[in-house]
Amino acid sequence: MPGRMKQTADLRARQAGDRLHRFHGGLSLPHHKAVSCGVPLERAPLPGELFIPLLQQSGREAEPTVNAGDTVLKGETIGRFRHLGRGCVHAPTSGTVTGVVPHPISHASGEEGRCVVLRPDGRDQWKDLQPIGDWQQTDPEALRERIRNSGIVGLGGAMFPTGFKLQEARRRGIHTLILNGSECEPYISCDETLMREQPDSIVLGARILQRAVGAKPTIIAIEDQMGAARNALETAIKRAGDSTVRVVRVIPVYPEGGEKQLIRVLTGLEVPSGGRPSDLGLLCQNVATATAVARAVTEGKPLVERIVTVTGPGVRCPRNLLAAIGTPISVLVEQCGGYTPDAARLVLGGPMMGFPLGSDANPVTKAANCVLVLTAKELRDNRPEMPCIRCGDCARACPAQLLPQQLHRFVRADAWDDAGDAGLADCIECGCCDLVCPSHIPLANWFRYGKSRLRERALDRHRADQARQRFEAREARQERIRLERKQRIATKKAALHDDAAKKAQIAEAVERARKKQEHTP
Amino acid sequence: MTRQFETGNAPHLVPQNTVAAVMRQVLYALAPGVAVHAWFFGPGILLQIALASLFALGLEALMLMARRKPLKPFLGDCSAVLTAVLFALCIPPLAPWWIALVAMVFSIVVAKHLYGGLGDNLFNPAMVGYVVVLVSFPQILSAWPQAATGTLDTLAAVFLGHAPGTDGWDAVTGATVLDTVRNGLAAGQEMEQIRLSPAFGRFAGQGWEWIALAYAAGGAWLLWRRVIGWQVPAGLLAAVAVFSAAGWLLDPAQNPSPLFDLLSGAVILGAFFIATDPVSGCTSDRGRLLFGAGVGILTLVIRRWGGYPDGIAFAVLLMNLSAPLIDRFTRPRIFGHD
Repeated sequence: MPGRMKQTADLRARQAGDRLHRFHGGLSLPHHKAVSCGVPLERAPLPGELFIPLLQQSGREAEPTVNAGDTVLKGETIGRFRHLGRGCVHAPTSGTVTGVVPHPISHASGEEGRCVVLRPDGRDQWKDLQPIGDWQQTDPEALRERIRNSGIVGLGGAMFPTGFKLQEARRRGIHTLILNGSECEPYISCDETLMREQPDSIVLGARILQRAVGAKPTIIAIEDQMGAARNALETAIKRAGDSTVRVVRVIPVYPEGGEKQLIRVLTGLEVPSGGRPSDLGLLCQNVATATAVARAVTEGKPLVERIVTVTGPGVRCPRNLLAAIGTPISVLVEQCGGYTPDAARLVLGGPMMGFPLGSDANPVTKAANCVLVLTAKELRDNRPEMPCIRCGDCARACPAQLLPQQLHRFVRADAWDDAGDAGLADCIECGCCDLVCPSHIPLANWFRYGKSRLRERALDRHRADQARQRFEAREARQERIRLERKQRIATKKAALHDDAAKKAQIAEAVERARKKQEHTP
Repeated sequence: MTRQFETGNAPHLVPQNTVAAVMRQVLYALAPGVAVHAWFFGPGILLQIALASLFALGLEALMLMARRKPLKPFLGDCSAVLTAVLFALCIPPLAPWWIALVAMVFSIVVAKHLYGGLGDNLFNPAMVGYVVVLVSFPQILSAWPQAATGTLDTLAAVFLGHAPGTDGWDAVTGATVLDTVRNGLAAGQEMEQIRLSPAFGRFAGQGWEWIALAYAAGGAWLLWRRVIGWQVPAGLLAAVAVFSAAGWLLDPAQNPSPLFDLLSGAVILGAFFIATDPVSGCTSDRGRLLFGAGVGILTLVIRRWGGYPDGIAFAVLLMNLSAPLIDRFTRPRIFGHD
């Protein structure tokens, strides 16, 4: 970017939220939020057994640090990584570990993973907590370390370790913090509930995050229709007396809650392809993550519970529940009056990007923002997929400004180079194209598949490159050794045949011997 | 007690649209134009629509069976009917019945199914069928009735080849306004004189001007319903208007006005209904603008210097050929890229 443009971009990033912008495409979807949002937050009961997945951060599973028969207190570490900063998993209540077993883990892959099985003892007794009372005087690095050790991950769904993100943000230098409260998917209302009921802890979390990364201005972005949440937050900000935090209302268009779209709306700038918000000097965190940060710092409590929206036409009494991580989803649905007779699909997440669960034995994870039960009426029927008629509705709806219709053709034809050129990696899998397609082509699904193939290919290529480099290095080394040996032999041979050199050598030897004699008495 | 669920992929919502709904809405939007057509030229248009649709559906069914494709979804998608209707709107209402049959063989069998069926056809099927009969049977395709024909006369003309009335075909049919202007200018007449001919109507052809306005109303409805985008009609109409205005301003005696060029012939029908065919056109917004402009310019080039009075069909087919190239060079900038 030329210097001048970069300067303007920087200025615009710093003015985030002063003026709202639009992003291309997107859809206005019915909210369906009031059904779950009308009832006050309730605590879900502790089940007979908790199944706590060890895969609760993007990447790999953590290693269990407990064995069957161990007793643990609430908040004690039960899983961790060798490399710190990748996050860890804590006991959601006190009780006895009955094993570490393979179990469904509420993961998009649909596969099983290892879970720590914990039988609660009913006392729900915390470990010895160490709150940081004077966080305003605490070293930012100590705050970040506390966040790292509290198992906090992005609660919006990505499960990216927050400690890691903060470290990165701190290193690259950011000036503005954005708290994302614009839950744009239909049905989900856990963040709205949080903003209504615990606004103080969000504002507190925002201020701690400010200190942890060294950024002052903070925007809490909420959707236009969340009036109660706005009032609650603004009152909380006034109570905290912090003028650096402000609430910005954005017009709800799906997928505005996506980090890149939200930044575009707030600043008019685009996060570069393959880049991060920190490229623009911004850091985005979910509002629930901010609460978790506040709790970890001021109360010393690691992340062991979250708010889950249990909703949809397949649930009798939709509501938001505060659930311990590891609680089977069946327990949550039970608490909400159970399934309606026509419940047909169980989705974790929203209807646009959520993934289906094969069973309600799946546990609540740190990323589980919503349990959505749909009936056959809300699902796409079995009408056959028609051929693409190139109507372009998909391109009109695509927030990444792609041509899904072309991408789809490339992906189906295994034309991975073309798909890569056409921007497959920039697809955010929001599902807008899929929903508007008159031919009912499962575009989002093709793109999810295509993206995973692209990643595999990149990995394969990387491995092949490495292997080639190793091979070439070895060849070069052997060649060098061969040449060196040849040269050595050549010099020796030349020395043997060269009379002058021989004489010089003899003379030298004689001289040496003479000197030796002189010195020895 | 755990419960098992069937899984399926996101999004978990009912799709908002169907191919059949898109096609049906285009058909509805044609209704006003068809009605005005029937008002001025009699029920022949309705008969031609019925015949072409029948042939199109029959051939579509045969081809689907030959290609082992399911009949129900593809016959129900209304695409074959839309092809048939668009073709029928282009031919004289008293054309013999087999014209529609020949055209539909080329539209449905050749242009559509031999190229891979719905979604894969390179050319606009309706225009392929029309161009085949236009170049094969030019006399029949230029025999436009001068006035409305009754139902019985229409049936006799279409199925038995009997000319309405007693004075033969020459008495009831004649040149369209485009021919009148073309021949008049070629014969050294000036526009002022040609305007006085009864075929000229008020501004763009007796009857035709009103049919065009009715199509424009249907097109506006499609725009409002967002069934079509504004890019193709805007590009096409703007290109025609600018091209025409340039000549008219230079020499109004030798060039028809932009209003005439816009409302005569098939420009309006083409702008809203033919060039907007998504399958054979461009997909990006800028591409569509260019595609429309290309059709507009080529149409007027053919009108002014070509061998045919109107050129929409040829212009559309030529631009169909260029569409993949245009698409290649008009890819939108991807989010987050420079």
